Amino acid sequence: MIQATKKHTRFLFMFIFPAFIIYTVFMLLPIINSMKYSLYSGDGLVPGTFVGLDNFIRLFTEERYYSRFWGAFGNNIKFFLIVTFIQNILGFFMAVFITRSFKGSGFMRKLSFLPTTLSVLVVGFIFKLILNPYYGIFDKVLEAVGMGDFIIPWLGDPRSALVIVSIAVSWQFFGESVLFYSSGIDSIDESIMEAARIDGANIWHEIIHIILPSVLPIVGIVTILIFIGDFTQFDIIFAMTGTRGDPNYSTDLFGSLFYRTAFSSAERGGWGTGMGATVATMMFITVTIGVGGFLAFFNKKKEELGK
Amino acid sequence: MSKSKKPIARIALYALMITYALSILVPLVIMISTSFKTNAEIFNNPFGLPESLNFDAYTTLFVISNYGRYFMNSIGVTIISLTVAVTVSALASYAISKYQFKYSRALYVFFVVGLIVPIKLGTIDIMITMLNLKLFDTLWALIIVYIAMAIPLSVFILYDYIKMIPDELSSAARIDGCSEQGIFARIIVPLVKPGLAAAGIISFIPNWNEFWFPLVLIKSRDQFTIPLATGQLFGQFDTKLNLVFAVLSLASIPVIIIYLLLSNYFVKGLSAGAVKG
Repeated sequence: MIQATKKHTRFLFMFIFPAFIIYTVFMLLPIINSMKYSLYSGDGLVPGTFVGLDNFIRLFTEERYYSRFWGAFGNNIKFFLIVTFIQNILGFFMAVFITRSFKGSGFMRKLSFLPTTLSVLVVGFIFKLILNPYYGIFDKVLEAVGMGDFIIPWLGDPRSALVIVSIAVSWQFFGESVLFYSSGIDSIDESIMEAARIDGANIWHEIIHIILPSVLPIVGIVTILIFIGDFTQFDIIFAMTGTRGDPNYSTDLFGSLFYRTAFSSAERGGWGTGMGATVATMMFITVTIGVGGFLAFFNKKKEELGK
Repeated sequence: MSKSKKPIARIALYALMITYALSILVPLVIMISTSFKTNAEIFNNPFGLPESLNFDAYTTLFVISNYGRYFMNSIGVTIISLTVAVTVSALASYAISKYQFKYSRALYVFFVVGLIVPIKLGTIDIMITMLNLKLFDTLWALIIVYIAMAIPLSVFILYDYIKMIPDELSSAARIDGCSEQGIFARIIVPLVKPGLAAAGIISFIPNWNEFWFPLVLIKSRDQFTIPLATGQLFGQFDTKLNLVFAVLSLASIPVIIIYLLLSNYFVKGLSAGAVKG
């Protein structure tokens, strides 16, 4: 690392400028500009006249808007809670086991990350095909083991559809949590674990007093990544239940709501550019508040543990 | 990493791991094996492996359905966008990791914040910009967006790689009269090749799988990428299940191969990121 001087200015500018300009113009500014469009009317693609906060007022006072918005919001919370439970809590325990020393642990670590590399779309379609009521393998297996009575149209029933979708997403990204937690557990000093064991600690003591405190920052990272991913998730809904979030909007999430309202024709649920941008802005606010809240929470926890 | 001594605990551990491994492998095996079955076989023998490898589905996709074109589009978009993204990110990472100036730290944070910025929420503006630039419905629209999307992760990875290179080498070159650009080209780039590879490989996966932007920005079939073609599969091949599974396998096999060959890059790269926070 050297101190930059005047003679470096031109060279530094030339090196930083390309990445800076592409990243700013095509990633950061579009988000800000899109929020700006929420202050304009506009039925077609190009925004019309300035209407101030009118779109927001309509979003929260007109039934046809707010019923969809709060519906998607509620579904998104449930979706997030199920995915967080599976990926964070079950993922944590899986990481505890996968980091034990056993034959094949290296293989298991590699295998566990494999689904994460697939496209969400492919995963959604595979699950949809496996659960298909006519030719899906899942129902055939249930029948074969004598549990045919429990069969319901998994993705056609509003009671089960959202849960199934959440499980599909968790199946895909479970390995990512396991990888993150495993690397946290690997970085714990082995002598601390040894000492605890000599003192007679069992696996529960180990988890609660050693492993959990040291992976807590990673719990924060995983939770925040899940939160952002889930509140902008679209592909899984497209693949499994369609952009309307069938059946009867029971799997409609923010991502599918945004796609319909901003990019579909009015007959297919489009609300025009202005309202679409308003939905995007509300998503941005939700994600920002959520991330801020989790950051504050996990930082506070970290300090408490530090004392 | 302890070795638990109790045999019951060992058995339980292996049982858990085998169940976990099967839960990952079974859906993938179903996907690939069904794509090689005939339609009659799919209904008569849904669980078993195919009697013989039947490539009909793949032939249909490439000969009748223009899959070769979609593949070339995806490969072209991926190679161009990753090459540009890794190049500009390496330049920027070098400047902000090896030179101390007023905004060097702030610039790093500025770039890395992109890791958690949901670019999807800027789609309306990106669409309008692409219309204005006359790039709407062309692969260039995707290339530009994908370059921007790959920059934060590439800077995040390359910054550390470049920072770890000892300064003595650059100082010696500087004394010999080498320019700053020359130091980058002759000393930094050769040493940071593993970092460039890691950035490219880790960015490859989200890039290859990306579905949202082609869905919004691409309309003509000859501009389709593999994910967009995959997204259209129902309605098109509804009743031909081997075709459906062949489409899914085609979308997945490239990433599965790359991952199996290069999994160390992913596991090391991502776990380092997690621990560093």
